[in-house]
Amino acid sequence: MRHLYYGYITGPIIGILWTLVVGTSVSILMAFATGGAYLPTIWGSALVGLILGLLTVRLKNLTIIIPTAFILAILLPFIGLGPLAYGDSIPLSMQAISSLFFCLGTGWALVKYLEDSRWGQLTRHEFEDCVIKFLTGSGMVFFTAIVLIPFYVMVMTSLKSQQELLINPLDFSLDLDKGWGLLRSYFELFNEFNFGSYMITSFIVSVTTVIITLLFSVPGAYAIARFKFAGQGALSRSILLIYMVPMIVLALPIYVVFSTTGLRNTILGIILIYPVTTIPVALYMLQGYFRGLPAEVEEAGLMDGLSRLVVIWKITLPLSLPAMASVSLYVFMIAWNEFLLAFMLLDDPKIFTLTRGVAMLNSSEIPRQHLMAGAVVSTVPIITIFMALERFMTRGLTAGSVKG
Amino acid sequence: MEPPKSRGKLAVRDARFAWLMLLPTVIIVSLVVILPLFAIFWISVKPIELGDLRPTTLLVRENVRTNGDVFEVEYRIRNSSQEAPITEAGFSDSIPPEITLQEIPENCKLTSNAILECDFGDVEGGFRDRYRIPVIFNVAPERAEEIAEESQPKVRGDADSILTNSEFTLENFAKLFDQKEFFTVLWTTLFYTFFGTIGALVFGLFAALLLNTSFRGQGILRGFFLFPYVAPVIAVAFTWITLLDPFSGSINTLIVQMGLTEESINFFGQKPLALIMVTLFEVWRYFPLSFLFILARMQAIDYDIYEAADMDGASPFQQFWYLSIPQLLGILSILFLLRFIWTFNKFDDIFLLTGGNAGTRTLTVNVYEQAFGISNIGAGAAVAVIIMLFLFMFSLLFFRFISQEEGL
Repeated sequence: MRHLYYGYITGPIIGILWTLVVGTSVSILMAFATGGAYLPTIWGSALVGLILGLLTVRLKNLTIIIPTAFILAILLPFIGLGPLAYGDSIPLSMQAISSLFFCLGTGWALVKYLEDSRWGQLTRHEFEDCVIKFLTGSGMVFFTAIVLIPFYVMVMTSLKSQQELLINPLDFSLDLDKGWGLLRSYFELFNEFNFGSYMITSFIVSVTTVIITLLFSVPGAYAIARFKFAGQGALSRSILLIYMVPMIVLALPIYVVFSTTGLRNTILGIILIYPVTTIPVALYMLQGYFRGLPAEVEEAGLMDGLSRLVVIWKITLPLSLPAMASVSLYVFMIAWNEFLLAFMLLDDPKIFTLTRGVAMLNSSEIPRQHLMAGAVVSTVPIITIFMALERFMTRGLTAGSVKG
Repeated sequence: MEPPKSRGKLAVRDARFAWLMLLPTVIIVSLVVILPLFAIFWISVKPIELGDLRPTTLLVRENVRTNGDVFEVEYRIRNSSQEAPITEAGFSDSIPPEITLQEIPENCKLTSNAILECDFGDVEGGFRDRYRIPVIFNVAPERAEEIAEESQPKVRGDADSILTNSEFTLENFAKLFDQKEFFTVLWTTLFYTFFGTIGALVFGLFAALLLNTSFRGQGILRGFFLFPYVAPVIAVAFTWITLLDPFSGSINTLIVQMGLTEESINFFGQKPLALIMVTLFEVWRYFPLSFLFILARMQAIDYDIYEAADMDGASPFQQFWYLSIPQLLGILSILFLLRFIWTFNKFDDIFLLTGGNAGTRTLTVNVYEQAFGISNIGAGAAVAVIIMLFLFMFSLLFFRFISQEEGL
């Protein structure tokens, strides 16, 4: 490793690797935006990376590095070593835009990565700093891409027509002239496939599940957290144990029992069964929180002659409102996203929940953009709630999501 | 002075109060979790198929027909099951005053309050019979039909339900272990579980390292990285299918365009690749969870130790390896155990992505496949029992480990 600790070696290596990362990213970005063929060339990119890396270690000056990148991107194609290759039908304007992204991406980031380096020998600390900055940058690009691409494709596909998707599945550019016509799949989902009613059903089922779950788990969790009684430890453990039983194992006997009692294919059946799947997790989360509340506050209340129930109502519950919000959101999310039970227990399209409705769209007779529109319709509410109440939601996830 | 040994009145009252508060939860959870678990063991030793879920009864249909110029009331009677017998089968039907029966069939009698009672005794599976009784109507024939069919015949009889009788068999398990397929399923499950868990942990650790510095937009990015986990599984699974479709998927178009492959790849349809893809999906969907836990733990590490290490000349990688990793080892191993159990339990993801085809059938998917795919509920329950045995082993391990870690 030691012979790498020289600025004139570290710089070019990071330059080459980063240029390849940027080249690939720009190509994928342009392809997903326009549907055209873009490709990073290994030798061209490597050459640009080598030159920029050396130059950056020497100069570390944005106003020189970025223009140099531009000049290279313009001149190198003439000797057949352009950093990006294009398909036949890519217009010059698009080539220019992708080159612009490429130059800004390489130049700006390289100056950041190599700002602590020198031309000559580096300390191990300085060398690793540069490497870590490079890895961080690449990691950011990578993670953003893998999270963003599926959601981008989900939304964009839902706005296309069958024909457009067949011609070029990669072309996600929108034909803005269509105006409201872009949302055709959504209109059809809500008008012909009853998605409005599925959404309401899902909402009612989820909220009811949250309420029932809280009604059962708040007293239960309080009892486990605050009182000492025989069987407490065993109970506390069996909650976690029950929590580990896979849903499909429970779903089978539930299916058998619901079929023989007529609860199958009813919303009542769903509302009966959902809370049971969420009560153990809510118990687990809440008891942890109640343990964390100082007992002294409650004891003071008891000393003043309040009864235990009044203490819980007037002191403990108001203090644990944030925790209850987290638990509620987490339970809401579980109920909203639940698929297996809804799929097994509901057959009648009139009473579908949203996830069951989306499952119905997965058929060869229904065009793909409808399926994706359904996916968007089921995703947007939960993501919106998540973004709006991120603080509570994240806390709920960390407290409860030993399950998932 | 010694502390009192017996429990005080207050303690007894508190304990009673505690149980009172817990009672509703304990009842409902045991009703819907413990009972089904027993049911699973029960069903797994029963020769029961999906069709057996409908109870065996006598079916009686009544209609009015004309035979020449004679009106007849016809009763068609059959056993709903081809195999199961019914004991003391029979039916009764009230005859409205507008109708006079001309003859009473054998096995039947007309009671004084105008009710036709028929008894067949014990009937075999597949039993069927038909009675045609000539009648005289005291009203216009058009109304007659309506009147006659107004009263539904009431059936009676006891059938032995396969669910509750005392017939047991070990055939479900025997068949299961006989199939070579079973061990393929087991191997698939272990591959999926192990690599899915490890992958999600490694990705989560890497993502947490990225966001463990404060910069503008860090909060937004953290929320954004959680999207795969928060979105409904059905939405993201179908998106992956759309994205990777061999004929019209964007990824295939992209890699062909880039010249990485000649032909498009059937990601979810061919043998080793499909399993790798569902494992990658698992990693993609659950790395946010590990990320969240690991990030929370990282931010709780005292910053001073890094400053001290800096003073001593430790390089960033050394700091990560000798300071961060030991601090994170606890949460990493808990996450590993928990995620291992949960990945083992996972059903929805594979079911939606491949339906268990192309060598991706795990134990949980096999439960569904046996019970509903080939309609053998008993065999499905047998697979479920095996899952429970595995889980029991895992949780023993888990409790032994976690009681050391967290003092739970």
